Amino acid sequence: MSRRAVLGAAVAALAGVALAPGIRLIEVARAADGADGAGGAAGPAAGKGADPKVRWGLLIDTTRCAEGCTACVDACNAENGLGTPSRPTDARWIRKVEIRELRTGRQASVPVMCQHCAEPPCVDVCPTGASFKRADGIVLVDRHSCIGCRYCMMACPYKARSFVHEPLHDQKPDVPRGKGCVESCTLCVHRIDRGEKLTACAEACSAAGHGAILFGDLNDPGSEISRRVREVRSRQLRADLNLDPGVRYEGL
Amino acid sequence: MRSMARRRRPGGAPRSPGWLALLACLAVSTTLPAAPPVERALKGERCVEDTATMRRDHMRFLEHQRDATVHGGIRGARHSLKGCIDCHASARTGSVAQAPTDFCISCHAYAAVKLDCFDCHSTRPARALAGVAK
Repeated sequence: MSRRAVLGAAVAALAGVALAPGIRLIEVARAADGADGAGGAAGPAAGKGADPKVRWGLLIDTTRCAEGCTACVDACNAENGLGTPSRPTDARWIRKVEIRELRTGRQASVPVMCQHCAEPPCVDVCPTGASFKRADGIVLVDRHSCIGCRYCMMACPYKARSFVHEPLHDQKPDVPRGKGCVESCTLCVHRIDRGEKLTACAEACSAAGHGAILFGDLNDPGSEISRRVREVRSRQLRADLNLDPGVRYEGL
Repeated sequence: MRSMARRRRPGGAPRSPGWLALLACLAVSTTLPAAPPVERALKGERCVEDTATMRRDHMRFLEHQRDATVHGGIRGARHSLKGCIDCHASARTGSVAQAPTDFCISCHAYAAVKLDCFDCHSTRPARALAGVAK
């Protein structure tokens, strides 16, 4: 065998390892992960964890949100074991904000929860790293490292976070919460991790007949929320702050 | 320090008679608390690790698992606290940390190690709570 033939065989063998130009083994592995994890909009299968390809979000249609209706707030309280807040300092993960345009008198009722920003200021200011953003865009508090300093509450332009002042009892197994920690809407992360595709608030809103809250994957062009966001004009609250919230409002 | 004390002994107080030492030993053994009662797990034949490993390392497993769960969203893995509670909740109280004989509290009281897991985490399995709600 000539020297040239040996070199040619070596190059051919190398090409076999590299599979094909532009395809590396890591990409094949990721593709396989996506296939058996039923990734994308289906949510992570049990044990797979948060999918970085997904961006969970909400689209809230304020024209369908009924004034005085608290179905989403009640469902949130029940789902996460918050109870019925009685004092101003009690935890509230969703606030119903009634707004009225002065010139026209048009009124709207807007549920405001953690907006799950792409650039969350609460994460920027947290001194312990307790406030963090998951790979799938959900902003959470790791209560194991939260020291209760409440910087994140001051940094949040949406007043979305609450501090737990009193010892708690009878928490939900899926939603551990305790005194001395800051908390806020988790986009029902325990449901998402189970593979469910509906938050408690969206479910309750549909059950109440309003259907004003739509939950889904903003990164999946085929999802209902992506289609609606593409077709209908919607706004992010305080878009001027460039935080890119994952919660959008229609009809404001 | 110890060797110095040993060296001093011959010149110090006279050694106490053997029977007194035996009596002292007996007194100590009767006042020491017995090993804590550990309730058998309600379901499951065997734990996720063998008993000796779990006794020594359960807190390390839990700490590792909690970061994977909270930050990575990986649930239902081998060493989850919910998994512990599901099997080890007492048949009587339905909890792992309510009565002094319940699984977690029983050992932790004996070892005098305060645990604050249950300041935030529920001590009951989800199925027990569902039963209460109905």
